[in-house]
Amino acid sequence: MSATVAGSHAHDDAGHGHSASFISTYVFSLDHKVIGIQFLFSTLLWFIVGGLLALALRWQLAWPWSDMPVVGKMLFAGEGGQIAPEFYIMLTTMHASIMIFFVIIPILAGAFGNFLIPLMVGADDMAFPTLNMLSYWFMWPAFFAMTISFFVEGGASGNGWTVYPPLSSVTSASPSSFNGQTWWLIGLTFVGVSSMMGSVNYMTTIIQMRAPGMTMFRLPMTIWGMFITAILQAFALPVLTAAGFMQVMDRLVGTGFFIPEGLIVNNESAGAGGGQPLLWQHLFWFYSHPAVYIMILPAMGMVSDIMTCFARKPLFGYKPMVYSISGIAGLGFIVWGHHMFMSGMNPMLGTMFMVATIMIALPSAIKVFNWLGTLWGGKIHYTSSMLNALAFVSMFIIGGLSGIFMAATPVDIMIHDTYFIVAHFHYVLFGGTVFGVFAGIIFWFPKMFGRLMNESLGKLHFVLTFIFFNGVFYPMHILGAGGFPRRLADPYHYESFAYMQPINQFMTICAIGLGLSQLIFIGNFVASLFIGQKCGRNPWKANSLEWMAPSPPGHGNFDTQPIVYRGPYEYNSPHASEDYYPQWVPPKDAKAEEAGEHAH
Amino acid sequence: MGKFWSLLFLTVPVFGIGVFWWGMSGYMWLPQDVSEHGHTIDHLFNFILVLTGLVFLGTEVVLFWFLWKYDNDTNKDPVQFTHGSHNLEIVWTILPAATLLFIAIYQMNAWADVKLRKPDMAPTCKVTARQFEWRIQYPGQDGVLDTIDDIHHVNDLHIPVNEQILVQLESMDVLHDFFLPNLRIKQDAVPGMTIPVWFRATEQGTYDLVCAELCGWGHYKMKGRLTVETKAQFDKWLADTQQRQETLK
Repeated sequence: MSATVAGSHAHDDAGHGHSASFISTYVFSLDHKVIGIQFLFSTLLWFIVGGLLALALRWQLAWPWSDMPVVGKMLFAGEGGQIAPEFYIMLTTMHASIMIFFVIIPILAGAFGNFLIPLMVGADDMAFPTLNMLSYWFMWPAFFAMTISFFVEGGASGNGWTVYPPLSSVTSASPSSFNGQTWWLIGLTFVGVSSMMGSVNYMTTIIQMRAPGMTMFRLPMTIWGMFITAILQAFALPVLTAAGFMQVMDRLVGTGFFIPEGLIVNNESAGAGGGQPLLWQHLFWFYSHPAVYIMILPAMGMVSDIMTCFARKPLFGYKPMVYSISGIAGLGFIVWGHHMFMSGMNPMLGTMFMVATIMIALPSAIKVFNWLGTLWGGKIHYTSSMLNALAFVSMFIIGGLSGIFMAATPVDIMIHDTYFIVAHFHYVLFGGTVFGVFAGIIFWFPKMFGRLMNESLGKLHFVLTFIFFNGVFYPMHILGAGGFPRRLADPYHYESFAYMQPINQFMTICAIGLGLSQLIFIGNFVASLFIGQKCGRNPWKANSLEWMAPSPPGHGNFDTQPIVYRGPYEYNSPHASEDYYPQWVPPKDAKAEEAGEHAH
Repeated sequence: MGKFWSLLFLTVPVFGIGVFWWGMSGYMWLPQDVSEHGHTIDHLFNFILVLTGLVFLGTEVVLFWFLWKYDNDTNKDPVQFTHGSHNLEIVWTILPAATLLFIAIYQMNAWADVKLRKPDMAPTCKVTARQFEWRIQYPGQDGVLDTIDDIHHVNDLHIPVNEQILVQLESMDVLHDFFLPNLRIKQDAVPGMTIPVWFRATEQGTYDLVCAELCGWGHYKMKGRLTVETKAQFDKWLADTQQRQETLK
């Protein structure tokens, strides 16, 4: 940490000076907090879009080829108010693409990462503020590309979010393989550039700009989650970017990286050939499997911090938690092949990936046991933030355990590409990450905006979301065991799946309920911005450094240089007079405290 | 309110186990298995289900119990100020690690049977997937595929019961997936690759042949049938099909 107390004051003055225009303060801001909030608002808006796409595809699964009420006539005038089959696969593709690339990844790394990293490590800003601003603004070409893809001939990509060639790379393969796919790939590339800028910044900031006394093993778990995520991004993203360019080249100039010799699709030659469709799958999953952890590790960190605060108890097994995150990240690089067990990849290679995949369940299990250990013997405060964090643990158990079924290669033969996998990743990404995000928004809202969100509305939103979420996704396990395949516009003309329609109707009704429940959250969020109860610096009586700064923190964050004396989880410490012991409070008896720390 | 929230979390294991029970007791479960190897897959599925079910029940009930017991409003005991337990960490690392390793090794044989130990025989037939149909090709009198006397058929794969079948799986255009739910068979068809698929059907009847890899706008209707019949019926069907083919020429 190079900035001195005087230095950070100098910064502060510059930020509040007369020269700062609206544009440089709120639009092209270099302040990590503003950038974080820009990411938050953008991703929440895209969350609504992704959710509406999901509702549309749920409609088709419940009542296939029937007129969609209210909006059907407007959206699908050509089909008389019904969803067309090519539109259905576009819905599944774009729902997933938007949720993954515009919501989950940027809300964790972009919104929470940006806002929290400097505050939690005790820095006045990110290491590279300009790069940080660019990481947000590089999302906009991606937003533009994905949006315009809906309006080009053939519509947006309908090739699955994994965009496997040759379907995705041969324009004659399907209406949705036309120009929408090129826009999709361009959008993906810009998301990648944005993530890479963020990742470099996060790593540098965490390594170089920690406040005095903030050792690596005094970092809150949120920061560990962000740090490991940044490393994963930095190493995995170049591969995806390269693969994306290869597919663009295949599409535009016929390089044929992923096209076998002499391929004819729909009576049209697919081009030069000499390539291999499986190559794309290897390259894509080399990024996209680590990306699965990118989509959950920061949420695991946030949930750990929130749970300790509301259980008023230290985190159980801090170091095992750090090691298991690292273990997940390390193993995460050698398990991508489990997406390809049925792909035609050498089955012997599949065996290797199977062993690595099954073992990755271990660090996840260790994390769950430690979260339970954290609750044990605590004093649990049931705030809406805590409830969402607890839901993360409860739902992540289901998502983690169902993963073992797919990891077991012979079982995967039955359930690969069925609703079992759809259940699995929604339990991890919605049941896990999205509940973690709700918990995080409620928890850090006061720091972001200086006001609290409404607790009663928060609890109402939680209980409805929790019930409807399970109503939508839990029955998917049953469908999956029955072999119900994903991405089918109308599965019921198969004898094997005809009986599943009533279950799907039940799930769709729950999905509508789930969608409507989010209105409570939106209302609470927007209203609390203006009329929420004002709060002081530390409304939750939490320990980590961000609660030392004013709410909201000014430019430069802290009014005095923070100095860190202990880890972030000293709740109910015998050395403290209150039930929390913030990292920045100087010890009354340093020797006794140090002796205590070594004893643990 | 703490009691209410703990009970809400208790509904997770209660409904969780309940829904699976309901699924298993009705028809909503693994479809009828008519293959020789399928029972090993179903056994593994059930084995993992019991194992994960126990862990699910255990962890969720413990979660409920802690939420119930350590509610700030009712719990008057002092907080357990601890940063963890080395011994517990060792226990809950080694036990799951051993269990997981056992699962990994235990299933290898089943995988090898379905995907690695290819029977040493000539292919029974060739299945070529294309948008949005299954083209089926049997060798004619010469017993060799891709010769002039091959017998062609679309979307209806006939096989004799209780005989080893070896399908030569190919794709003409994009990725498809040859999925026979009742035979616990799933394999992607990849353009540029020839992938062997083998199985033995044990019961006569007709079953679904599903395309399980997104292959374009008509993916949902890429439906085929599998007809399992006696050797005599199969031979007669093959002869009839060849007859029809000759007349068309």
